[in-house]
Amino acid sequence: MDQQHETATMGMWLFLVTEIMFFGGMFCAYLVYRYNYFTAWDVGSQHMEIKWGAINTVVLICSSLTMVLAVHAAKLGNKKMIVFFLFLTILLGAAFLGIKAVEYTNHWNAGEVPGLNWHPSELGNADPRHVAIFFSLYFCMTGMHALHMVIGIGLLTWLLIRAQKGDFTSEYNSPVEMTGLYWHFVDVVWIYLFPLLYLVSHHHHS
Amino acid sequence: MNQDAHKQRPLTIHDKDGLRPNMWQNLPLFPERASTIAGHVDALFLFLVAITIFFTLLVAALIVVFAIRYRKDRQPQAQQIHGSMALEITWTVIPLAITMVIFVWGAAIYFMESRPPKDAMEIYAVGKQWMWKFQHVEGPREINTLHVPIDRDVRLIMTSQDVIHDVFVPAFRVKADVLPGRYTSIWFRATKPGRYHLFCAEYCGTQHSGMIGEVVVMDQAEYAAWTQSGADGSLASTGEKYFQHYGCATCHRADMAGRGPNLVGVFGKPQLLEDGRTVSADETYVRESILNPGAKIVGGYKNIMPTFEGQIDEDGLIALVQYVKALGNGTANVPVPVANPDAAPYPVAPKPEPQMAKPDNNTPTQQTAPAAPTKKQGPTAPSGK
Amino acid sequence: MATAATVPEKTNYLNADYGIKSWLLTTDHKRIALLYLASITAFFFLGGFFAMLIRLELLTPAGDLLQADTYNKVFSMHGIIMVFFFLIPSVPAVLGNFLVPMMVGAKDLAFPRINLLSWYIYILGGCITLYAMITGGVDTGWTFYTPFSTTFSNTNVVLAAVGVFINGFSSIFTGLNFIVTIHRMRAPGLTWNRLPLFLWSNYAAAVIMVLGTPVVAITLLLVAFERLFHFGIFNAQLGGDPLLFQHLFWFYSHPAVYIMILPGMGVISEVICCFSRKRVFGYDFVALASIGIAVLGFLVWAHHMFVAGISLYAALVFSILTMFVAIPSAIKVFNWTATMYKGSIRLDTPMLYAIGFIGLFTIGGLTGVFLAALGIDVHVTDTYFIVAHFHYVMVGGMVMAYMCGLHFWWPKISGKMYPEFWSKISALLVFIGFNLTFFPQFIVGYLGMPRRYHAYPPEYQVLNVLSTAGASVLAVGYLLPMIYFAWSLKYGPDAGNNPWRAAGLEWQTSSPPPTFNFDETPVVTTEAYNYDEIDNQPQEAEVV
Repeated sequence: MDQQHETATMGMWLFLVTEIMFFGGMFCAYLVYRYNYFTAWDVGSQHMEIKWGAINTVVLICSSLTMVLAVHAAKLGNKKMIVFFLFLTILLGAAFLGIKAVEYTNHWNAGEVPGLNWHPSELGNADPRHVAIFFSLYFCMTGMHALHMVIGIGLLTWLLIRAQKGDFTSEYNSPVEMTGLYWHFVDVVWIYLFPLLYLVSHHHHS
Repeated sequence: MNQDAHKQRPLTIHDKDGLRPNMWQNLPLFPERASTIAGHVDALFLFLVAITIFFTLLVAALIVVFAIRYRKDRQPQAQQIHGSMALEITWTVIPLAITMVIFVWGAAIYFMESRPPKDAMEIYAVGKQWMWKFQHVEGPREINTLHVPIDRDVRLIMTSQDVIHDVFVPAFRVKADVLPGRYTSIWFRATKPGRYHLFCAEYCGTQHSGMIGEVVVMDQAEYAAWTQSGADGSLASTGEKYFQHYGCATCHRADMAGRGPNLVGVFGKPQLLEDGRTVSADETYVRESILNPGAKIVGGYKNIMPTFEGQIDEDGLIALVQYVKALGNGTANVPVPVANPDAAPYPVAPKPEPQMAKPDNNTPTQQTAPAAPTKKQGPTAPSGK
Repeated sequence: MATAATVPEKTNYLNADYGIKSWLLTTDHKRIALLYLASITAFFFLGGFFAMLIRLELLTPAGDLLQADTYNKVFSMHGIIMVFFFLIPSVPAVLGNFLVPMMVGAKDLAFPRINLLSWYIYILGGCITLYAMITGGVDTGWTFYTPFSTTFSNTNVVLAAVGVFINGFSSIFTGLNFIVTIHRMRAPGLTWNRLPLFLWSNYAAAVIMVLGTPVVAITLLLVAFERLFHFGIFNAQLGGDPLLFQHLFWFYSHPAVYIMILPGMGVISEVICCFSRKRVFGYDFVALASIGIAVLGFLVWAHHMFVAGISLYAALVFSILTMFVAIPSAIKVFNWTATMYKGSIRLDTPMLYAIGFIGLFTIGGLTGVFLAALGIDVHVTDTYFIVAHFHYVMVGGMVMAYMCGLHFWWPKISGKMYPEFWSKISALLVFIGFNLTFFPQFIVGYLGMPRRYHAYPPEYQVLNVLSTAGASVLAVGYLLPMIYFAWSLKYGPDAGNNPWRAAGLEWQTSSPPPTFNFDETPVVTTEAYNYDEIDNQPQEAEVV
């Protein structure tokens, strides 16, 4: 079992490396454009709602905490606690997605969705096309992140069902730990996304 | 489109007597060498071919010899050899040394190809699906055919109206992608009169293989005569008309009283921007300043120039670039910018533009570009006379 | 050994279970390898069909066989199928899946169910891409350059991009599986420096798969989003940069060519050693060269962009790095050649393919050095010189290595031997046909014929006709093995455990192997390629 656990861990870490490269492509595009279109990045970032972004960051960090506690409970074989913390993690993940839905709706209503509904206001000195690229990357990056959250919630739900059935013991809890790794990774991606997208500008609108 | 371009203009290589060789006569391995760089490129190519032949034959010969000499019947027992550090080093260092020679040689050629001589004459090229438009600064425009003088350095300044294209003249050994939104350039110096293939060498859609033309190399006197044969004035004078029509002259005055920098003598010189960077005022800079004025603001000026994105096409941009270049060179026959209330509007397809304040004395309205919706301050009423 | 009907056949992975479910739901790496073999072969012939259309069109200078749009779709689909659905999976997914667990002495790969999943992902990606092709095709070239692909093309770009995107995960999971298996599941005594070079090569390729594929995945996804939602990330008219696409695309697609060639090189190492009856010359160097190629391969992508508008200094950097990446390949070629020195050479079919590989890969690789030289690349990029270069390394190199491996391990996979006469004929036809097809393309490329041209100036015709003639010979060379491999399944003589008397754990078990590969976990006590020991032992009794 031990070899299996080590094998699974190595496999999951390798998979996370592929995810880093996957998001990396978008971060690369972001960096290139931020360097070239700094004004537009400043303006675009001002249109983000820091309040929601900050709340979401706290939500995700808490969900990583509950995830760690779930893994810990799994190592102890404590079924009730596993279920409880997995459930909390799912809840927090859903809260994150709910807040993102609110943000996306607000952006849509403000006409800040490039290509589909683009009539933003208050773009200051920035070239509107460049601000559109900022928003395109915003939606791609947070959209991909949200998709990974959805997959994560799906995995957690599956784990919850299995935990409820008593599948996880102190000898066998590898799926919980692996999903935990994945969940933490998705959290870390958000830790990068938040300052890069929300905190570019030193001064923000209310 | 050039669907039958290949049928209609069968450009074959003519031998010395001007006869077309038949299919088998001289199966050429090289295109003609018709530029100064072609010989350099071919020399490196021949060196590389020699290296390739040498190493391929070496490896092949060794394999064949070993396969025969050490075949099972003659060598029933193999001799186990782990390796040889000396050999490993040798066949690492020698190929490395050879590749470094090749690198330096190739880089030297590339340097030559990247650095057009300062006094090169310039021709503008615009690629679009699926044709080439060439604009000579003396005025003539051509489609798909490019006339150039022999023994003169020629620089092509190119852009695309749509997708990525590529200008490729095999006889000159030059090639560069032609990009939307940017200028790229190649330069060459033709050494042989004749007509040479010009190909689009970046896949661009349906008629990619029809987007071909020819470069016609003429002697210098013929070329000079040919450039005078066009009806239009010089490219710079066309540009000057655009400059007036779009109201550039209201701000970019030659008398230091304009809201925008005076453009006389600016082209090609470094510009100190308000954010501290220094950029060279080249074609790309001028083009960008027209389409995205806020990107690079010259120090001491405010960001109030409206954008002309969507209003001026690539041909117009080229004309304006050439005009600013002419102002920079102090080329004769180019009026310096003075807002000219009598300027007739240049005959381009008019766009509906909101009227700015009319001058009181009923002179023909000077149309200024509408403020882009993002600007906080729009251009104020022209104060020119 | 005679195949007497009275002797009961030992249970092996092929007859352990019957029925379609036992194949479609298998987790046995060997069966999955055969699933891949079938699908990859189908894609190879589809891609070959498109190649045939291309060569037929190019017989004449005018574009008279196909319409321009159709031709553009044909070469695009030829490229997409061959690169993503044939070359990249070929050796890893067929031979790698079959052999990696056996070579490390394991029962299966680290993640058998993920292995099956990766085949299904391959099929799903393939079906979507085929659907894109059937319902109108895609005409962007396999390179999907923007803004043509995002804004101007009227074809099924999004579908094709999604198909390739999905297929990428197949590659990622295979690579992941290999890395973990080689790290964690080696038999006792199998240290890293005793690993067969096939494993070193597949390991290096797997690292590239894991690191590089996600980048092309997100790049194609961004192209799809841009097309669907009119974002402007790669579109200059909307403030974006088409060169950003090229950088992101080539960041994967250059290392991808090393994904293709490294496993093939691994095959060659195994075969040269076996048919020279010698350990490889310079084992450490060959092993490290694989790693070197993988690492350096990530640093050279912009050599596809020397005329695309990158700066002079960037071009210099990428040119010199590209020179560096040629060196490990050269080291391998010399080491293989030296392996034959004082060997005891047998020219069986796998060996013919292997030495053909060495010759053709040398030419192909050296023409890569041509392209690394900036001054030359300016003239020949985007011409048939490039087409010839990559077909030399991909077809003269990679496909020959794949055929080499199929012929070498066919007895192990199927338990049968193919007819040597016909296999040698095929090898010869492939070699001759290949050179006749692609060598003229070097010449016509230097003469200036651009690539992706539907019609061309008449003076290029002779060379094109030669090329098409060669392609017909090559096609026969590829069709013959289909026939005799199939024939051998029913009529071929039993091969025995180790007909080549080769080194390697996979040969220590029966042909075909049992489902769990080894009756007991093997223990490794010697270095790889211990041919002196093997040849000095008496012939082992066949395991019944």
